[in-house]
Amino acid sequence: MDSFILFPHSQSAHCESGVTANLLRFHHVECSEALAFGIGEGLFFGYLPFIKINNLPLTTFRGSVGSIFGKVNKRLGVTVKRRKFRSETQAMDDLDAKLATGIPVGCQTGAYWLPYFPPAFRFHFNMHNLVVIGREGDEYLISDPVFEKVVRCKRDDLQRARFARGTLAPKGAMYYLEAVPQNPDMAAAARQGLIGVCKTMLRTPLPFLGVRGIHFLADRLEKWPKKLGEEEALLYLGQLIRMQEEIGTGGGGFRFMYAAFLQEAAELLGIGPLFQLSERMTLVGDIWRRFAVAGARMCKGRAKAGDTYGDLAEILRQCGASERAIYDDILELLQ
Amino acid sequence: MKVEEVPQDKGMIGDCGHEICYAIGDNGRYTLSPSLGWEAKNVVNDQAWAVIAEETRRMHQLVQSGTLSPIAYYQAKHQMDIGLLARYVDMAKWRVKRHRRPEVFRRLPERILQRYAAVFGVSPTELKTIPKTFSPELIRHR
Repeated sequence: MDSFILFPHSQSAHCESGVTANLLRFHHVECSEALAFGIGEGLFFGYLPFIKINNLPLTTFRGSVGSIFGKVNKRLGVTVKRRKFRSETQAMDDLDAKLATGIPVGCQTGAYWLPYFPPAFRFHFNMHNLVVIGREGDEYLISDPVFEKVVRCKRDDLQRARFARGTLAPKGAMYYLEAVPQNPDMAAAARQGLIGVCKTMLRTPLPFLGVRGIHFLADRLEKWPKKLGEEEALLYLGQLIRMQEEIGTGGGGFRFMYAAFLQEAAELLGIGPLFQLSERMTLVGDIWRRFAVAGARMCKGRAKAGDTYGDLAEILRQCGASERAIYDDILELLQ
Repeated sequence: MKVEEVPQDKGMIGDCGHEICYAIGDNGRYTLSPSLGWEAKNVVNDQAWAVIAEETRRMHQLVQSGTLSPIAYYQAKHQMDIGLLARYVDMAKWRVKRHRRPEVFRRLPERILQRYAAVFGVSPTELKTIPKTFSPELIRHR
């Protein structure tokens, strides 16, 4: 039953882009996390007050679950096998069978049930991706991209995590790469990813998505204390900062990771000006972080002069305006 | 963010290593830079846990006063609402709601108790009791 696959585990900021890059590297396609994130159109913004998580509105800084992995593989011409299960036993048996053939297997899991997670991160969050790379008796060896080293997890616990219930329940979902082309055209894929992100950020015809969503959030945020009362407003604010920084974004709500991608894309595509756009994206990430710092001060009850909801909204509008200009310029460069 | 600006404020991650931040190195290129955590994140993470602790404390009180069955306490402790718990025990919401009534809970057969106990990671006997006093220590996140 024991198996161990030599897997190029490399720690990443974010689970999905990390799993994607690590799996590709296993199949001899050199791809960094940032490149996977960029090709997979990871960057996004959405403020969805009508979807509540723990009674607090959902804000997202990335595309929908599974879209990074899906888009990268589609654009690089990789064939992926993806399965969900009804039976928990079947799901575990199939995982074992695949491992025995020397294929690392990606799994979608609920973070709440993974014992190796630091307690502070254990929330009911069902979109955590990891790669199972071996089994030793009752334990699995797991390349969890947000961890420094390969971790171990008991069979029962992994089974539980794979069958977490609730929103976006993984239903035992597992996936692996079946066929990988030898020299995929990274440059073309990066170009597609760039254009895709700019278009969704600029042209999604809904006011709460993309750059318009950032301004929409700013307008709403300004009214929180009046509409919700001070206490509830602080909870809304705290949740927003958690979405921006806590969920493995690499800092600044993925903006730094995207800036790293822009540097790689500049070389891949041979378009020098993308370097300057990367610098500008870094500045946007810094503004997002300034927002988190000021917001956290308010949550802690240590607001300084210049920390009001109006000031926070102003910071967001800066982010929105700078990002809009960046996406406009990228599109102009590529078309 | 430059590499030297990457925050190293211990907190949420505890002793589980570090996380990755993207930061700019000396040569102007992005590099993956380890971070022990960031105070801004610690603050909002603590805030989220304070909400969980408060809800659990409230349920603890209601169970002790005989208004609700211990299920309500364990449910809050595991950050579940009735809908999520119902999915975990494979029962309709109205049944779970009913089981939260002390007089119904007392008469529950072992096999039903077993289903709740398994989700909460306790024995059916433990499920019938809750800690005598509530302390925030019961909801420790770091």
